[in-house]
Amino acid sequence: MAAPWAFLRLGIREWNGGTRSIHGMSESVAPGGNQKRRTLLQYLGDHFYDIQALREFLLLRQMLKLNRKNRSFIGINEKYGPYVTGALFILKLGGAVKFQDKEWIRPNERGRFSADFLAFREVPVEAVDASGCAINYLGLDNLLALKELQSLSLQRCPNVDDWCLSRLYPLAGSLQELLLAGCPRVSERGLACLHHLQNLRRLDISDLPAVSHPGLTHILVEEMLPHCEVLGADWAQGLKLGPEQQPQDTSSPVSA
Amino acid sequence: MFRRVLQLGLGPGLLTRGLSTRRGVSTLDWDAKVSEFKKKIECILPGKPWETQLYDTSHLPPEQSDVVIIGGGIFGLSVAFWLKKLEKKQDAIRVLVVDQDHTYSQASSAGLSVGGIWQQFSMPENVRLSLFSVEFLRNINEYLAVVDAPPVDLRFNPSGCLLLASEKDAAALENNVKIQRQEGAKVCLMSPEQLQNKFPWVNTEGVALASYGMENEGWFDAWSLLQGLRRKVRSMGVLFCQGEVTRFITSSSCVEGPNGEEMVLKRIHKLHVKMDKSLEYQPVECAIVINAAGAWSGHIAKLAGIGKGPPGTLQGTKLPVEPRKRYVYLWHCPQGPGLETPLVADTSGVYFRREGLGSNYLGGCSPTEEEEPDPANLEVDHDFFQNKVWPHLAQRVPAFQTLKVQSAWAGYYDYNTFDQNGVVGPHPLVVNMYFATGFSGHGLQHALGVGRAVAEVVLEGEFKTINMSPFLFTRFYLEDKLQEYNIL
Repeated sequence: MAAPWAFLRLGIREWNGGTRSIHGMSESVAPGGNQKRRTLLQYLGDHFYDIQALREFLLLRQMLKLNRKNRSFIGINEKYGPYVTGALFILKLGGAVKFQDKEWIRPNERGRFSADFLAFREVPVEAVDASGCAINYLGLDNLLALKELQSLSLQRCPNVDDWCLSRLYPLAGSLQELLLAGCPRVSERGLACLHHLQNLRRLDISDLPAVSHPGLTHILVEEMLPHCEVLGADWAQGLKLGPEQQPQDTSSPVSA
Repeated sequence: MFRRVLQLGLGPGLLTRGLSTRRGVSTLDWDAKVSEFKKKIECILPGKPWETQLYDTSHLPPEQSDVVIIGGGIFGLSVAFWLKKLEKKQDAIRVLVVDQDHTYSQASSAGLSVGGIWQQFSMPENVRLSLFSVEFLRNINEYLAVVDAPPVDLRFNPSGCLLLASEKDAAALENNVKIQRQEGAKVCLMSPEQLQNKFPWVNTEGVALASYGMENEGWFDAWSLLQGLRRKVRSMGVLFCQGEVTRFITSSSCVEGPNGEEMVLKRIHKLHVKMDKSLEYQPVECAIVINAAGAWSGHIAKLAGIGKGPPGTLQGTKLPVEPRKRYVYLWHCPQGPGLETPLVADTSGVYFRREGLGSNYLGGCSPTEEEEPDPANLEVDHDFFQNKVWPHLAQRVPAFQTLKVQSAWAGYYDYNTFDQNGVVGPHPLVVNMYFATGFSGHGLQHALGVGRAVAEVVLEGEFKTINMSPFLFTRFYLEDKLQEYNIL
């Protein structure tokens, strides 16, 4: 008899957690939140005895939560322009932003940051530090409009993957520094897309667990970007792969 | 309320699928239940006649199914997935997938494909299908995630697709790129000088224009997508059986057409499934049949009576899909193009892409109509590479003058001899047979959108998201060819 109430409490508690995250949303998004709340309760009312469906729903909701963090700020973009929008997006995720000829702006320990940058409508964003942030493919919408971005740090971002790297080509005209160290989902397939960024001068691809052959990938990326300083696997790791490369070459004699 | 509590106590295995032991319950559980049932029968009614009637039929398909999907390849699984996803109530539709070749040793779309995906088509519907597919692949774990199972890893290479056009084809390519951009594809045009700057290893002689997909194009592991789809649709309650459809039982009724001609409408009521490596067969009563048999769709359609009639009539119009053999070669070239290599389609029709990090490359070419190989077996013709593929390769990429073929394999296309485009939607006369076939080499990247379109037509009676009306069967009777210029 108590089981249905337990499920309802579980659903309500989860939803209360979701409600807290809505607190920071702009007003234009609030009606959507209300609709989702009704939908969730309606959904639970129809299927609350179904454990599997509830778990699948919670799994999907976890993904939607990440996408909500990476939503585009349409209203703010219209009012303040793409630079302030991109800066606000990064600061809300906990990253840091540097406008041209200005100091770095970053949130404090409690996530608060100064709102003075709202006056920088015409000032381009020069550098973005999104290290450790929850940015993903959708969130890059807010960054690709920063046409003068020179430095982008995506170190240790858990949701940056090969799809994200394939989206960076609009920054090819300005981007000079890209730091990808410690991203668990970046592989050599995504690094292959960086050949669009011909103005790149510094690239950090160290500590990428999804790259299958770090030393070989390091060499190939250096060949692909000849004007760029590539920081990658340490030389000891590269030396381990040295003997592996030679057998590959000798096992395939060149034939005309 | 009290009954629900009891249901909760039964355990998660039965809850999500009701008490029907046919749906998704494993063979082991079924055998255990059969044993228990036999014991109860023996206790209540001792005697021999009862025992002989209770034999194990777990390897047979069910006797009734709402939808039977013929073919367990990428198209069949996609239709099954979307039927289950778009159904109004959970487990409302019983879906059975009849798969003749569950090891996919002869499949073309998944197992043997180079796994390419691009949006550079000349028909807007094809561009939309590819854009939806790439969105599906990007969010693959939102669609195909199964609780307690590892996530699907497609190993997607977003390196793009590069199409080269000669002077003769440059105008068509430019017009195509305009269509693609209208549909939202991120494609850019390049002059020979720009092409040389971006890819210095390309010999631009004979190239007048090139189009390159900056985003959402590349290649991926088709096998992972297939297995992920299969796992998901099985968890959604789709039934599978390994067998061959050998016969359809239909009913007919005569109707008069708009011009006074007499036509015969047919409806499939049953189909016979012959089990693999056995003479045993099982009739399956069904309401809807989805023909997703790939290269053998024409054979299935003929079994259903499609094409039996006077030539030149709708009744006598066959499904023009037949198996065609295609070769894929893997070669090694230490001086070949580097990490940035896209999927390249040359002016001569030769295509190739990088494979891994060790200077390996994968590619091939579609033969001309006269060179079409015999599809009776899957033997590889290595002379085809030496005489038809390699000269164009070496001309376009001079580093490929010194390459060594490592391996090769062959697979079947579901080749549409009419216009090399897919057949989607219902047959006008066999009113409950639907097609999802005939994509002639680009089916892998279109299967996800086509599956959704077929599911929409089955469940809601019309195309909702992507309008696939130009791909209906009636165009064969009306001689209305669809022009698609960019087919590898």
